[in-house]
Amino acid sequence: MSESQTNPPVKKKTVKWGEAPKLSVLDALYLPAIASGLATAVRHAVSGKPTTRQYPEVEPEIPPNYRGVHRLNRDEAGRVKCVACYMCQTACPANCIEIIAAPAPKDDPHWKDRDKFPATFTIDELRCIYCGMCEEACPVDAIELTSVYDLTGMTREEMVFDKEKLLSVFDQTVKSGRDPVRTNRGKLGPASEVSPTAKDAPPPPGRGKRG
Amino acid sequence: MVKVKVNDIEVDADPKDNCILAARKAGVEIPHYCWHECLSVVASCRMCLVEVGETKPDGTVAMGPKLVPGCQTPIKEGTVIRTDSSKVKTSQQMTLELLLLNHPLDCSICDQAGECYLQDYTYKYGKAQSRLDEPKLHREDKYHIGEQIALFTDRCVMCTRCVRFTREVSGTAELQVVARGSHEEIDVFPDTPCNNKLAGNVVDLCPVGALCSKDFLYKKRVWWLKHAQSVCTGCSTGCSIHVDQNENKVYRLRPRENPQAQGHFMCDEGRFGFKYIHDDRRLKYPRLKTATGHASSAADSTPAGDLSFADPWPTILGEARKRIQTAIQNDPSGFVAVLSPFMSVEEAYLLASFIKGIDPRTKLTLGPVPVVGSDDLYPKGPKGEPPLPSKVKFTIRAEKCPNRLGVEAVLRHFERSVIHAESLGKSSASAWYVVGGYSTGWVNEKLDQAVGTPSLLIVQDIFPSPLSERADMVLAAGSFAEREGTYVNHAGLAQAAHASIRPPEEARADGRILMELAGRPGLFNAMALRKEIASTIPELSAICVGDLGDHGVRLAKNTNQPLAAKS
Repeated sequence: MSESQTNPPVKKKTVKWGEAPKLSVLDALYLPAIASGLATAVRHAVSGKPTTRQYPEVEPEIPPNYRGVHRLNRDEAGRVKCVACYMCQTACPANCIEIIAAPAPKDDPHWKDRDKFPATFTIDELRCIYCGMCEEACPVDAIELTSVYDLTGMTREEMVFDKEKLLSVFDQTVKSGRDPVRTNRGKLGPASEVSPTAKDAPPPPGRGKRG
Repeated sequence: MVKVKVNDIEVDADPKDNCILAARKAGVEIPHYCWHECLSVVASCRMCLVEVGETKPDGTVAMGPKLVPGCQTPIKEGTVIRTDSSKVKTSQQMTLELLLLNHPLDCSICDQAGECYLQDYTYKYGKAQSRLDEPKLHREDKYHIGEQIALFTDRCVMCTRCVRFTREVSGTAELQVVARGSHEEIDVFPDTPCNNKLAGNVVDLCPVGALCSKDFLYKKRVWWLKHAQSVCTGCSTGCSIHVDQNENKVYRLRPRENPQAQGHFMCDEGRFGFKYIHDDRRLKYPRLKTATGHASSAADSTPAGDLSFADPWPTILGEARKRIQTAIQNDPSGFVAVLSPFMSVEEAYLLASFIKGIDPRTKLTLGPVPVVGSDDLYPKGPKGEPPLPSKVKFTIRAEKCPNRLGVEAVLRHFERSVIHAESLGKSSASAWYVVGGYSTGWVNEKLDQAVGTPSLLIVQDIFPSPLSERADMVLAAGSFAEREGTYVNHAGLAQAAHASIRPPEEARADGRILMELAGRPGLFNAMALRKEIASTIPELSAICVGDLGDHGVRLAKNTNQPLAAKS
């Protein structure tokens, strides 16, 4: 074995090794630590303040950035906002999203301005790791994680949410005011809309200020 | 060869090259949209603007005052090309900003996303923001362009590659530019859609997502497709192709550039004709007819509830080998093997050497060679007439099989002549081994009668046929996407095709079946087999390299070596 392989690429002098502090005789008996622990227990026992959460009668406050059950947002016309770009499915590290895209029904005036839509959209809520990457990846803010945390089911099949179920999560969480729509990036993502700052954009190199 | 300097890198270039090709040789990319190797030069997209200068006799370099389109500018000894100056970079940024002015930026729903030159070039050469304050022009999508083609008008960058293709390569000239200025659009005349047999190529030619294939539209995002290099088995032209698959399903075929085979393109018949490989009617299990006449197959022998995962192949192949040997011992000249022109050279060799190895008196024949009409030559004239032989740019051949020449070479070696199976008389043999693999129904009346009801009939095929119905054994084989091997095209070009997917259910690629049937040790390895074939069959000695590369290897036209010489 060569020299470079045996030695790590760190100079020995630059490494400072930490050591556990030495216990005094009193600490080594552990009696002070036991006493302070007992004191805490006794203090709580006699204070009279309840510390048990009365779940499910009293639900906890969930922070707004909590990552719970998914929902599929609706656009202004009530259609599914998703354009079936597969970005969430691509980003998903757990492979729990499955989309089948289809051309939008162009004959239907309701769908006239749309090209592509998800014919099916399923999320396996049991396989999901609730990392929020799908929400990050979505260019049209169609998929969002809600603060719904108490998800239960009797079978594995019913934990695989289809498009209708995900839309119903939207209806429930938005109507109840529990999770308002978080963001609004534009119809086809941030790049598709006229940028309000287009005028302030820097001119290309080699040109004057007036572009 | 002339010496050219690209960004201070000196390269030897062909004097016929333009700046883009010369720069490519130096490893420098000059971005371009409208230029294509096979089409005429229009220099309309302005993406390839570069600085060009020349070296004076005294060694000084004189650069031109203006930027010039690299696609249109020829090179000569001492040409100096600069693609990295700030002048060039500014021009590229401004060109892209212009091309993107009215582009809808709907990458999220665009099928081209992932293989789009607007995306790639904007990422490499463009700038992040547009300065356009006005609303973008919106144009209607055109689904009437062709049976297989949809035009998303507002994504178009007006490179006119598609228009030039229909004028110069297919010769049918359906597509054209209508209106002027920023209202320019690609369109067709009413009631004359772009439905020629090469129409699918305009989708590949389109550098952006304007022309999309209706067949592939919204089926799969391209970054999930895995590509295998293969050969189209639609006709004897043997176009080099990419087979794009995901999770064992083939989604599309794309032409692969091969100057030795077909050039840059492929026909629609081949492009969209692959779907039979996912047909439900395919043979999926090997089947063995027992003595009582009861047909048993892997599917039948596993009644519901009693799940048996036993592999049916070893028993069936062992039985097949035993019966073939018995039949040949009983009546060697009455044993006929039919080799299909859809087999690869390796598969034909495996079967031929196995049968002839048992007894040389057995007979090897060639299966029916499907021929439809006559060769279709492009570009077509104004009235649809074929071009002069010297002007032909693409040929769809009448012979609808990929490997007649390869199989014939194997037959000539083992049988000394090519016998057509159909030419054998009624019920002429006592035992048959018939290989199919055709994309369509192929058993014609003549062959059906020639086979008759022999004492042993083994059929290795992908679809049920009259023969497989009455066969003693049916070996479920693989389609072109599932097998590996060499195909020899009409001009004697041997090309390697690679497997891209697994056969359905219990079916197996032909190579694997024949390896086991012949009792050869090890797995089917096309490369090792090619070396063995090359040393055995002098006519095919050119494939001795094993790895045939991307473009294939041309066989020697007339081998002077004696036909049956063995090394």
